Formats: sequence, C-alpha cells, structure tokens
Amino acid sequence: MRIRKDHLLAVALISPSALAIAIFVYGFIGWTARASVSAWKGLIPDYTFVGLSNFIDLFRNPRFQIDLRNTAIFTVLFLAACLTIGLVLAILLDQRPRGEGIFRNIYLFPMAVSFISTGVVWRWLLNPATTLDRLSGLNLLFHKAGLDFLISRWYTHPKLGIAAIVIPATWQMSGFTMALYLAGLRSIPEELREAARVDGASEWQIYRDIVFPMLKPVTLSAVIILGHISLKIFDLVMAITQEGGQGYSADVPALNMYYTAFRALRFGQGSAIAIIILLTVAVLVIPYLIHTIRTEVER
Amino acid sequence: MSRKLWLPVLLIVALLIAGCGPRPTPTATTAPGATAAPAPTTAPAPTATPAGPSGELEIFSWWTAGGEAEGLAALLKVFQQRYPNVKVINATVAGGAGVDARAVLATRMQGGNPPGSFQVHAGHELIDTYVVAGQMEPVTFLYQEEGWLDVYPKDLVEILSYNGEIWSVPVNIHRANVLWYNKAIFEQNNLKPPTTMEEFFAVAEQLKAAGITPLALGETWTVVHLFETVLLGTLGPEGYSGLWTGKTDWKGAKVTEALNNFDRMLNYVNQDYAALSWDQATQLVIDGKAAMNIMGDWAEGYFKAQGWTPGKEFGWAPSPGSAGAFDALSDSFGLPKNAPNRDAVIAWLRVCGSREGQDAFNPIKGSIPARTDADRSLYDAYLQSAMDDFAKDTIVPSLMHGAAVAPSWQQDIIDAVGLFLANRNVATFQNALAQACVSAGVCK
Repeated sequence: MRIRKDHLLAVALISPSALAIAIFVYGFIGWTARASVSAWKGLIPDYTFVGLSNFIDLFRNPRFQIDLRNTAIFTVLFLAACLTIGLVLAILLDQRPRGEGIFRNIYLFPMAVSFISTGVVWRWLLNPATTLDRLSGLNLLFHKAGLDFLISRWYTHPKLGIAAIVIPATWQMSGFTMALYLAGLRSIPEELREAARVDGASEWQIYRDIVFPMLKPVTLSAVIILGHISLKIFDLVMAITQEGGQGYSADVPALNMYYTAFRALRFGQGSAIAIIILLTVAVLVIPYLIHTIRTEVER
Repeated sequence: MSRKLWLPVLLIVALLIAGCGPRPTPTATTAPGATAAPAPTTAPAPTATPAGPSGELEIFSWWTAGGEAEGLAALLKVFQQRYPNVKVINATVAGGAGVDARAVLATRMQGGNPPGSFQVHAGHELIDTYVVAGQMEPVTFLYQEEGWLDVYPKDLVEILSYNGEIWSVPVNIHRANVLWYNKAIFEQNNLKPPTTMEEFFAVAEQLKAAGITPLALGETWTVVHLFETVLLGTLGPEGYSGLWTGKTDWKGAKVTEALNNFDRMLNYVNQDYAALSWDQATQLVIDGKAAMNIMGDWAEGYFKAQGWTPGKEFGWAPSPGSAGAFDALSDSFGLPKNAPNRDAVIAWLRVCGSREGQDAFNPIKGSIPARTDADRSLYDAYLQSAMDDFAKDTIVPSLMHGAAVAPSWQQDIIDAVGLFLANRNVATFQNALAQACVSAGVCK
C-alpha cells in the first residue's frame, strides 16, 4: 500500500514536466522539422511538401556558407581558449594559494552574467574605430599604453571578425571550465601522486601520466557543454554586432535564422536553419549521451 | 513524509490550472496621454455628434518613443473630441521600426484576434504580409466618401493600392532621400552641397584631402538606405520605380553604373560604420567629424534634439542625383477583416485621413502630412520645404522602409548588400540582385 502511494506520487510529480517537455520541446522540434520541408513563406502556414529544397538553397547561399565557416572557427577557438585557460587556472588554484576561495569566485562570477549584458559591455570595449580622433574602448587603451600595433577592427574585420567574439565568450565561460577542472583535480586521490613521487617521478611526469589521463572525462563534459553553447550562439553576437558585423564578418547560423524567419517571414527556410543547428549539436551530444547511459547501466 | 509532499503537488497543479486560464493582454493600457497631450493649435472646439459609434476600439502601434508617443496622443485627442463615446485602448509594443510589434501582430492576426486598427508601413509591407493573406478589407470607399483622392498625391495612392483597391490610410510621410550637411564645414572649405553624383565625388575628394570624413554611415540597414538613394539618384525616379515592377532590367548597364557609384561612395565613409546606429552616424556630422550624412528626415528631429536649427547649423539637399524625386515611406492604418467594432475603426480611419488629425499628429512627430492641403504655418523650415517637394516631385516608394517590396525580397537585397560589403565585387552583387528579383517572382 505504502509503495503504491509513493509510486503514484512520483508519477504525479514527474508527469507535468514530462508532458510540458513532450509538447514544448519534442513536439516543437517535430513541428520545426515539418516546416523545414515546407514552402511556408509569409504569415499563412503553407505545408506544401517541397522535399529538401530549403536545405539545398541554404547550402548554396553565400551568407550561409560564411555562417558555417564562422561557426567552425568560433567553436575551435572558443573550445581551445576555454579549455586551456580553464585548465591553467585550475592547476594554479589546486596549489591551494592563500585566498583560493576569493579567486575561485572571481573567475566564476562572469558565468552568472547573461550573454546579453556581456555583449552590451563588450560591444563598447570592442569599438572598431581605428582613426586616432575616434578611438574608444580597448583600442583607446592600447593607444594610451603605446601599443598601437594592437589596435584592431575587431568584429568588423572582414576575415577574422568572428574571432573577436571569442574574446567575450571566453571571458565568460573559462571560469566555468576552471570549476569543472578543479573538481576533477580534487577528485584525484593524493595517494596516487605520493606513490608516483616515491617512485621518483617528476612533477611534469605526474601531470602527464597521471593527472591529465584522469581528467579526460572532465574534458569530455566541458567539450560537450561549451560546444553546444558555441554551435547555438545567438545572444552574444546579436548584442555585439546587431546585424552580424561588416559584410557578415561575425554572422552565425542562429542570427541568420532569426532574420530569415522573423524579418523576411520565410518560415520554411528559417526552420531549415534551425534543423541544421539542431543536427550539428546532436552530432556532438548524442554520442556523449549514449556513453553516459552505457556507463550508468554498467554500474 | 508522503503527507508533506502533497502540498507541493497541489501547488504545481494549482499553478498549471492558473497558467492555462485566460491571460490579460499585458500591452494594452487605456490611452494615458489622450488628455495630457499638448493641445494642437488648430484643434477646433469639439463639435461631436453624440450619435457616433461607441464601445471599445483598440489601436495597435509601436509609437512609444519621444515625439511619436506624443504625436499619437494628439491624434487620439482629435478622435476623442469627435467620437467621445468610443473608449480607446492604446496598445503599444515597444521596439524601433516595429520588429517586435510585427511579431506580436502576426500572431494575433493568425489567431483570428485582430486589433481594431494597427500601424503598418504603407505599401508592400502591408500588402504582401496581410492583404495577400486575405486578412484586410479595402478602404477605397473611405477615399471616395471623404474626397481624399483629390488631396492625396496620385503617386502615393498608387503605392497604397493593390488589385485596384486601396488598403490603408497614411497619417504621415517621411522622406528617405535627404543629404544632411554640416554648414560650418562646408563654408570653411568653400563647398556647395552636391546635386549630382559627379559633384558628390568632387566634394568628397576635397573633404578627404582636408582630413574630414566626407560621408557618415551606420550599420547595415543604413547602408541599404544609402544604396536605395544611389539607385534613385542614378536611375531616376522612373527607372528606380521600374526596379520593383520588373520594368527596369536589374542586369542593365544603368544598374551597373549605380552599383559602381555605390562602390565608389563607400570609399568616402567612416571605416567603423558597421558599429554605429543611424543616430550615432548623424552625431558624427554634429561633432564635425564627418561632413555629410544621407538619412531619412527623422534625422532632422535628431539634429533639433541636439540643439541645432535647420538652415543655421545644418543644411539639407536631395541626395545626389535625386532632385525632383521624393523617396517616400509612410505609417498608415488599415481595416482588418473581422475587426471588433468595425464602425469605430472606420471612424478612426476618417480621423487619420483628416486634415485636422494629420495637422495634430505631424508637427509633433516631425514628419509631413500625407495630404497636400495642410496648414503650413505649423511646420518648421525643413518640413515646409519637404511639403513643397512632396506636392510637386515624383513620389517613389522606399525600399528599406517597407513601401517598395515584400519583406522577403527586401531581406534578399539586405543580404546582397551585406555580402557586397565583404567582397566589393560589383558583378557578383548585380547577379545577386537580379536573382533576388527572380526569387520574388517579379523578374523572369
């Protein structure tokens, strides 16, 4: 009797969110998928089946080609920067310096800020004016410090504009990566290091052969979490560049989707972009999920 | 233990039920400014006939910023004097150029819950979005009953028309093809405002030599705005209008010339344009860091807000090559099908189109009336000159501001301009523009 009651309660507690997720996540994914193979343009839904033509048009579209290139550059740079900085900070903090708690909080705080607020501030810092009478933000700082060679066009640079967006994104997320790594480092038993030291291993050997291999699962989690953020990034780019920089120098698929669907009212094509974003994230996340579920079952 | 848990369950269920109930419209507020507005000087004594329509009327717009909100309040005041029995609900959704308002409106129209009347850019933004979707009623009968066909310019009525019917009532007109310039800089360098493309390049060259940025420019939409005035200045009003109807060949030599002019013009702009909003670009002219700016005449309001007087610190001229053409955009109101309280909506549209209503609204908003018989004494020097031009020039529809083409075609052109900024390849640009016309179903 008692067990049945608890069981009922569990179902009652889970069912509202399960139902909401079924409708508002999976239902809408299905709806978007349906719209992505439709001819829907304008306000009236038009579900005429057009096959994959929306997708074919997209891959032929020069703006979308730039978007894909930008996403690739952004993801690689963002992951590399966050993982490196995060790991270095974590190793430094793992030496238990005085005031560790304060440093930990300082590094972690940017994550509590929304990308929109970060974007507004960094739009100002990354002011791309390069003529001496109109310098502002970081460029002005460089000029005052006599580092004129560092003055940059930032996100309006025609080839590398997207790389400028990596700076605020890294500023925001590397503290989070540090927290992940620090937890990983602290979970490595001190006995292992002691044993290695007794065997005469140098500190570098300890890191290379013991610590880094044991941090692999942490790195994997970090790659998944940071990777899905970078593939879907919208708010930061929107706040900094509004329309994707100069000549789409910092445009990303999500921004293109917003303008395609809600300014041009091409809902079919906009849905196609959304599905492509979903698929790229799925390629990243699904193997990880399978891996996690398997290890859980094994346990 | 389990007894304790029932409370949160109950709470969740209660929240779910509450969440499903009817929500109050969060954006609707009863017109607050209707009585607080500065009284327009021409408003006559209320001569309301008590037998007019009654009930509620919802007016939907994105006029929330300074100037525009007060203008709307003045217009509503005229309406209330004429029709005191109607209770006006002033529903506004904030956001420049109505991007967010449009999304809210679209959902309401799709859901069969239209507002009484709504603000929309006159021309294709209205026609290709709502008229072709069968969600609007034509208002041609109002033009006939009120004799508006005699007081609205013929070119303007053409922009408002589709399938032989007129679809909305414009309350104001803005001009897009205006070149604003800093008079002090022009005097110091002994320059005259350029009237042709060649003169523009000569002036720009001299300014560049003097170390002044010749032309202030802003983010992508203002680049498209500049592009549209270059098309108009190079092709002339007839050639320009033909671009949107398929009469002018997008692959023709004249378009190539326009694109080359545009390409050349971009050599004279501030290098950080992609980072500036339109008003920050105008500010460069005020700061004396740039000499000229091509922007719609809402820039005049910005100059004035910064304490500049038209004709004294800043001057204006038609954008290079476009004298005799008036590149127009207009805010208008229409009659949705199944609008609640149709009589009150029609009464509202009569006020929107009336001389009294437009003279109350426009001096405050900083635009000119769509009618040609307004009271000139209410408007400042710039607006008076715009009214003169509006009455005699050829009126052409604006591309960037919703009058000329459907939103999807407009987006294709914005994309083409954006890509051109990246590669500066005129041939690719022209192909993309020609292709956009084909995708829009206008060219073959």
